[in-house]
Amino acid sequence: MSLVARFQVAYPGYALEADLNLPGRGVSALFGPSGSGKSTLLRCVAGLTRAPGGYLEVNGQIWQDEARGLFLPPHRRALGYVFQEASLFSHLSVKRNLDYGWKRIAPAQRRVEREHILELLGMAPLLERKPDHLSGGERQRVAIARALLTSPKLLLMDEPLSALDHARKQEILPYLERLHDELEIPLVYVSHAPDEVARLADHLVVLEEGRVLASGPLTETLARLDLPIRLGEDAGVVLAGRIAERDAAWHLARVDFGGGSLWVRDAGLPLGREVRVRILARDVSLALQAHQGTSILNMLPARVEELAEDAHPALALARLDVGGAPLVARLTRRSVATLALAPGQRLWAQIKAVALIG
Amino acid sequence: MVGQPELLALWVTLKLASLTTVLLLLIGTPIAWWLARTRSGLKGLVGAVVALPLVLPPTVLGFYLLLAMGPAGPIGHLTDALGLGTLPFTFAGLVVASTFYSLPFVVQPLQNAFQAIGERPLEAAATLRAAPLDAFFSVALPLARPGYLTAAVLGFAHTVGEFGVVLMIGGDIPGQTRVLSVLIYDQVEAGAYARAHWLAAGLVVFAFLVLLALYRFNPARQER
Repeated sequence: MSLVARFQVAYPGYALEADLNLPGRGVSALFGPSGSGKSTLLRCVAGLTRAPGGYLEVNGQIWQDEARGLFLPPHRRALGYVFQEASLFSHLSVKRNLDYGWKRIAPAQRRVEREHILELLGMAPLLERKPDHLSGGERQRVAIARALLTSPKLLLMDEPLSALDHARKQEILPYLERLHDELEIPLVYVSHAPDEVARLADHLVVLEEGRVLASGPLTETLARLDLPIRLGEDAGVVLAGRIAERDAAWHLARVDFGGGSLWVRDAGLPLGREVRVRILARDVSLALQAHQGTSILNMLPARVEELAEDAHPALALARLDVGGAPLVARLTRRSVATLALAPGQRLWAQIKAVALIG
Repeated sequence: MVGQPELLALWVTLKLASLTTVLLLLIGTPIAWWLARTRSGLKGLVGAVVALPLVLPPTVLGFYLLLAMGPAGPIGHLTDALGLGTLPFTFAGLVVASTFYSLPFVVQPLQNAFQAIGERPLEAAATLRAAPLDAFFSVALPLARPGYLTAAVLGFAHTVGEFGVVLMIGGDIPGQTRVLSVLIYDQVEAGAYARAHWLAAGLVVFAFLVLLALYRFNPARQER
């Protein structure tokens, strides 16, 4: 079960070269600044841009193998595509937009339940409206539902939230998270927003100037010290855990993850719920002894794995191992020298802020 | 007042304009679609040929069409070989000539409409399993509706207004090729100004109403 994509595209002044093997389930994020080739790569996967010499295999089915002269045009690929702007058909009502793809799938080929998709994306109140009378967030929800109704074997999303303001984004993200939990098919999600990637992705592909810098599971890839430089202030790790305890008196919740546990603000989630927490490198400081008399709630024993330079000459990055889980800390080089930090050293990681991201 | 000759000419005119408009929409659609989407180097050439009737004197166009459709011309040879006779001085000949004459008035609004739609709705249709022809009929055509309205109205009105080409190709045969504009010319020649007024004023009102309708009911420009 996997997605194999090999594409090379060259325009004057621009080239994309990708050779990827992505998991056949879950969300793979293509992450990078604009111009890094992530949208072009997605268009190649969809067949909207034809890459000479391209190869694409989706869970065992070959959709493109130019070496053998095989190229399925987009309308013959079992995929769903959500564009940056919803691209609904303005002459059709929401209902008929949704039906557009649904009707074109033979009943025997349908593997989704129509009512379920409509319910999942909250379509009921919108059905009779025209796209012109929808908010940006509603339009994008319709576009997602419309794509899902074609029973895709692969779902592609090209920065579906980037045209929306913050409030609309928060409105859509829960729907995307539900999709993430429910979908049996791979979802390739293009984004340049680290917070979206942290919330949704299982697998992370980092692109820059048309080249793949990294491709791997989210947590491991985020903990690589050669990448956070490019993430700047957003450098940090995402850990998966579950709600283990809720402290009603202090409105806190304990999240247990592979390497220990963390106290976070209680967001009202039930015990046992699987959650993700995001810890930014700038919120992690290091101490040689376990401090007493500090306001910091979360202190974990850690081992230094690797030290690296950060973008600014005053700063350094440290990758830590916390009971098997990775953490990244950003500190000054002076602190590295003062504490005489070296790989293998055992110390305490003090975590100032932990964000619970659903 | 309005009598038999006027009604006959009105009937020929309406028949000619309607037939020509239908033909133009059928022929103009693929040409406009191609012009709107091609990256071929021939685009400029084809575009210029289509636009020629905009700048050519109608008599020039009529003259060459007459030669082409006559017994010695290529179209004449073809129609002869098909057993249709030759086209000049027949209603069919007028339809063919009008189609050439009004072509840019239909192709250009359609081309603009197709260009305004852009690539995205068709890409969206493709990712929803619509084959190219399916996407054309289910997405491009409905989205280009304002363009079709403009094209049909302009094509029809322009055909109603033609004179030079009709005179060169069709002559002045009552019930066959005598259209309103030619009849007005005849009446003025004969000094029957009062009768000419009825028709001339009628055409002015018609032209005004057509343009008014076009500006009032065509929201295409405002939306984009």
